[in-house]
Amino acid sequence: MDETETSSERKSLWQYANPRKFMDLTATMLPWVWALAVGLTALGLVWGFFFTGDDFRMGSTVKIIYIHVPSALMAINGYILMFLASLVWLIRRHHVSALVARAAAPVGLVMTLIGLATGAIWGQPMWGTWWAWDPRLTAFLILCLFYLGYIALWSALSDPDLAADLTSILAIVGSVFAFLSRYATQFWNQGLHQGTSVPVATGGRSIDDVFFIPLAISMVGFFFLFLALVLTRARTEVRARRLSVLRARQAA
Amino acid sequence: MIALLLRDLRLAIRSGGGFGLGLAFFLVVIVLTPFAVGPAPAGLAAIAPGVLWLGALLAALLTLDRIFALDWEDGSLEQLALVVPLEGLLFVKALAHWLTTGAMLALLAPVLGILLYLPQGGALPLFLGLIIGTPALSFIGAFGAALVVGIKRGGLLLSLLVLPLYVPTLIMGAEVARRGAQGMPYDVPLALSAALSLFALAIMPFAGAAALRASLR
Repeated sequence: MDETETSSERKSLWQYANPRKFMDLTATMLPWVWALAVGLTALGLVWGFFFTGDDFRMGSTVKIIYIHVPSALMAINGYILMFLASLVWLIRRHHVSALVARAAAPVGLVMTLIGLATGAIWGQPMWGTWWAWDPRLTAFLILCLFYLGYIALWSALSDPDLAADLTSILAIVGSVFAFLSRYATQFWNQGLHQGTSVPVATGGRSIDDVFFIPLAISMVGFFFLFLALVLTRARTEVRARRLSVLRARQAA
Repeated sequence: MIALLLRDLRLAIRSGGGFGLGLAFFLVVIVLTPFAVGPAPAGLAAIAPGVLWLGALLAALLTLDRIFALDWEDGSLEQLALVVPLEGLLFVKALAHWLTTGAMLALLAPVLGILLYLPQGGALPLFLGLIIGTPALSFIGAFGAALVVGIKRGGLLLSLLVLPLYVPTLIMGAEVARRGAQGMPYDVPLALSAALSLFALAIMPFAGAAALRASLR
């Protein structure tokens, strides 16, 4: 990328669509993001596990909330990130955004699996069952399938631009159907899952400060953990792309 | 467009592949169910609406990869893309798929319902639910088939991609059949199935055409 072109775009967010700028920025950011991720997640979890009392009804199983809620949150945010990055790719065709979408998928899948697993471990003593076909649980299972299909489509195509196009279309159509599925499952079955503990829209909350403060720290920690993982993976993708270009040039 | 529709219908019926195969698969699923869950009428009647819907969905899924695969392999898809807008092509292909699977399955399902002791009053809602709900299956499926068109042996991938998209349709359709079989009013889920079908009809040709365009590039 030559100097004249970058200087005209200097004020805009889009300058980070330039892979070199993206790599430079993330190289300086990444140690801080990782430090925040590890520090805040550790603080939130240690505080939550060892320095809060047991809930009077749920006993010590309440502590699983410090992993369950943040991972579920990031599972959904990961999908939103994929959706937005896919839109950016389809509209502006910046390769970095396609690679970020690709990098986010496995992280989101792992977060979804953590959410499902911790939910099952909590549900066994509390609801008396590992699994229930509750709308929220079902929606998460469908989310898990979406992630699997998305990753499978990426890995099935060898042409990176075609793969980016098709997976972007899938992510956008998938998002529409994710909403439909959410309401369809609510129509289909009554819920066992309690309402959200931290409703952002209303600003209220249904849990006490004692539990909320470590939970909030843990949520922020998971956010940085997600960001750190996605950025690290995206950097690897950019490098892998450069390598394949170099190889192709050498072979030519 | 009409010529294309007739061509697809003729191909489906004559080549002996898609048309008979889906219906035969549906028959197999329904016939095997009593062997798996036992012949007791009460048990079979309880699961009949769900099993019939599941069988219809799987039969539709089985025939999806034929929508584009053959035309892609012999290059006629590229030829067609020169003449017909891709959105229209996808619409016609999905419509042909629905006429040869969804509509036929809807006609066959009440008959096979007898094998599963589907209650008398349940046949009409089952038929209505299928005839109104299955267009969504064909149009979503045609979109999925457009996504995997360039991939060798994309069939399994196709089912993984399409499966989550089928969930709302299956929920609503099976709800129509279940309520109908129990003699309850089924107008709300039927209206919602119709909404899903119309939505798929309106959106999927564009999404699928975008995917085809990328693959043909």
